[in-house]
Amino acid sequence: MLVELLRGLKTTFKAMFEKPVTYQYPEVKRPVRPRYRGRHVLKRYENGLEKCIGCALCAAACPADAIFVEAAENTDEARYSPGERYASTYEINMLRCIFCGYCADACPTEAIVLTDNYELTFTSRVEAIYTKERLLEPVRGEARPTPQQTPPGVYTRAVPKMADPQD
Amino acid sequence: MGVEQKLGDMGVVTTTLEQAVNWARTNAMWPMLFGLACCAIEMMASQAAHYDLSRFGMELMRASPRQSDLMIVAGRVSQKMAPVLRRLYDQMPEPKWVIAMGDCASTGGVFNNYAVVQGVDEIVPVDVYVSGCPPRPENLIHGIITLHEKVRGEKITDWNG
Repeated sequence: MLVELLRGLKTTFKAMFEKPVTYQYPEVKRPVRPRYRGRHVLKRYENGLEKCIGCALCAAACPADAIFVEAAENTDEARYSPGERYASTYEINMLRCIFCGYCADACPTEAIVLTDNYELTFTSRVEAIYTKERLLEPVRGEARPTPQQTPPGVYTRAVPKMADPQD
Repeated sequence: MGVEQKLGDMGVVTTTLEQAVNWARTNAMWPMLFGLACCAIEMMASQAAHYDLSRFGMELMRASPRQSDLMIVAGRVSQKMAPVLRRLYDQMPEPKWVIAMGDCASTGGVFNNYAVVQGVDEIVPVDVYVSGCPPRPENLIHGIITLHEKVRGEKITDWNG
């Protein structure tokens, strides 16, 4: 009987010297998978123009109706994005969004991408509505902020030329 | 004026009643088992070894509302479930807090239809909304930390229990 008891306790004592598996979350963050879908970001081109052209295909693809887009006309004096139109209003309700990534799939200019950030908690429902200012990535390097003044006839294409048209 | 100036540097740590009570409330906040859908799986995962909610004084989920301080509404609440949820909330002793975990509990999420309550804040006062479908365990823990910060800032005049 004593032998069985000790055999059982061997497992117990072995477990005492094992490394704990707990991630000490707020201090240590478990790395996410490469294709993890977290909070959205609206991208810019290298010159600072916004990639989003306000076509609202993301809003059409969204199964939860979390995205609201309103477009306005670009001019060469105040240009936000290449082409005719840009998104004057772009709102995502993070409490509606289910992070499926269909918006990123639907986007013709790859303007909206889902990042690794998953820490989205709010104390009110109004806070959860991310406006365009909160979604747009900051201007980096030599890029100029929008709206920009651009020479006429340069930014006529809304969707950039793809490398392989067959693709 | 306070006792801490009279005591000088006797090595006595003084605090206010407010801070002491809020500290106690944040460090032993027992959640109620309220798993309704897939979010409940993530809630279980946050209780399990990898995330271990007992690090935050949430040793175990109480099945009885009379022994719990925090209601984590994990999952979609149907119109039929809504009066049950309200009743359980009323049975919880003061002080009590509510976390709406996940999109469905917070706003209805993808279920924008007649069968699902469009956010539990229609029936109970919600303190923290956690987004995600379902949220990662880290996201729920982040929500709990947000709630702790909110509780630490509560004033005596806000206490109604």
